[in-house]
Amino acid sequence: MTPDVTPSPAAILTPDTDQPVVSFENVSIAFDGKTVLQDISFEVHQAETRIILGPAGGGKSVLMKLANGLLKPDTGTIKVFGEDVTSMRERDLFALRARIGMVFQESALFDSLSVEDNVAYRLHEDGVSIEESHDRVVEALHFVELDHAITKYPSELSGGMRRRVSIARAIITKPDLILYDSPTGGLDPITSTTIVELIVKQRDVSHTTSLLITHRLQDAFTLAMSHFNQATGKMERLANEGIDDSTRFLVLNEGKVIFDGSTLELVRSPDPWIKDYLS
Amino acid sequence: MSFVSPEVFAKQKIAALQDYSVLAGRSISNLFSRPIYWADIYTQMDSIGVGSLPIVILTGFFTGCVLALQSATALEAFGAKSKTGSLVALSMVKELGPVLTGLMVSGRNASGMASELGSMKVTEQIDAMRALGTDPIRKLVTPRVLATVFVLFFLTIISDAVGIAGGALVGVSLIGLNASSYLHSSYNGLVIGDIAQGLTKPLFSGFIIATVGCYFGLKTTGGTQGVGRATTQAVVVSSVLIIVVDFLVSRLMIGIFGS
Repeated sequence: MTPDVTPSPAAILTPDTDQPVVSFENVSIAFDGKTVLQDISFEVHQAETRIILGPAGGGKSVLMKLANGLLKPDTGTIKVFGEDVTSMRERDLFALRARIGMVFQESALFDSLSVEDNVAYRLHEDGVSIEESHDRVVEALHFVELDHAITKYPSELSGGMRRRVSIARAIITKPDLILYDSPTGGLDPITSTTIVELIVKQRDVSHTTSLLITHRLQDAFTLAMSHFNQATGKMERLANEGIDDSTRFLVLNEGKVIFDGSTLELVRSPDPWIKDYLS
Repeated sequence: MSFVSPEVFAKQKIAALQDYSVLAGRSISNLFSRPIYWADIYTQMDSIGVGSLPIVILTGFFTGCVLALQSATALEAFGAKSKTGSLVALSMVKELGPVLTGLMVSGRNASGMASELGSMKVTEQIDAMRALGTDPIRKLVTPRVLATVFVLFFLTIISDAVGIAGGALVGVSLIGLNASSYLHSSYNGLVIGDIAQGLTKPLFSGFIIATVGCYFGLKTTGGTQGVGRATTQAVVVSSVLIIVVDFLVSRLMIGIFGS
């Protein structure tokens, strides 16, 4: 049976679709003489969700930090929105990062600030008025269904709630690119599904380009085979085993790209390592 | 602990010195461009200044007390017990006030800064700050440097004052000196050069405490164990640097004022 393929927002949104939002060209990085990423090249286009899979310790989080300019590669070029982040000064990177939202592996919430101040952090930095920032925080927390937690502190939240606050903090400025570093890592399956639903919602409602790291194949395939139904407000499986073609995969192993392609190509890959990994 | 070759060791130390110099330089240069986080500066002044008051007062007071007690005994042998006030005042203002206040504030605040920033580093909060478009040096280091330099100046004055008061209390109540002549001797013993010397030192000490504390905090690796290591290193390095710089500033000021 041939699966139905839903037209991707990338196909619908025409502007700048040729220009990749993120592009890695022959990127390598080593720490203390140990190569972590070797000759990495790939592109992420407008409105695409790129899922990065691979075993732990394969350099996925390093790749995410490279994309945001938090680390500099030893060799190679990384372009984000067409700008070379490898040669940019930190001061210029701050301006570029205004267009990028990032969800960290362990949430990385500021533990001395309340949920409201965490989510509004970037707005406060930009000098947005208290009233406006409060309204936008309420809206962002409503999106992640955490309206009641606005006055709480990170230490009072569960792991899943922290992750949702982190997502709210990443999306409050409506960024053009979101980087999710293992957003479901360490969470129970039910909470993981809630987080995946939020990511699908962000993908299908805002069509934001995103990179997502996950260790959980189940989460990856849920993302690839589901869509957000705005009428019901729920994530639903695509009809007829359909696949969202705006969702693509990158598989890393031992610091190298061993797969770059669509969901179908991934599941049909003849590579024995991938077959073994997926099984 | 792993051993490395002398070449690697030297390279590591030079790289660390370079990183520290860049951090210290940027913490100052950030004061001349926007944004300046005034709210964080005031918070740090409260935390470092008001928070350190009790230990600074207690240390200064009892140092003055013991100095009067010891020096009176020694001076009596030369028939110069009446000069106790002068000796206590000079010692407190030129050396003990600035150095002990620096060491006390270092023990309390360099450790606090290293552990706070270290915890933020290992929980990726520093990376999150950068990802949210904020320069961590501007937001975290510059306010601590400015606040520490500013409050340490005044804490040193307080320490000097309570030290002289403690010396006077001991001199009058235990040694049997006349209160008026004690204070007169203290006042006459000090010249402007002594006060300039004593109040120049906390400017350097404050800078050392904040930059060293923040440097080790921001360089923390290795989880909670790393935070503990950074805290210890910050206190040890800042304390040693305070004493070394104290000697250098003393030599410089003697060169300028001649005493």
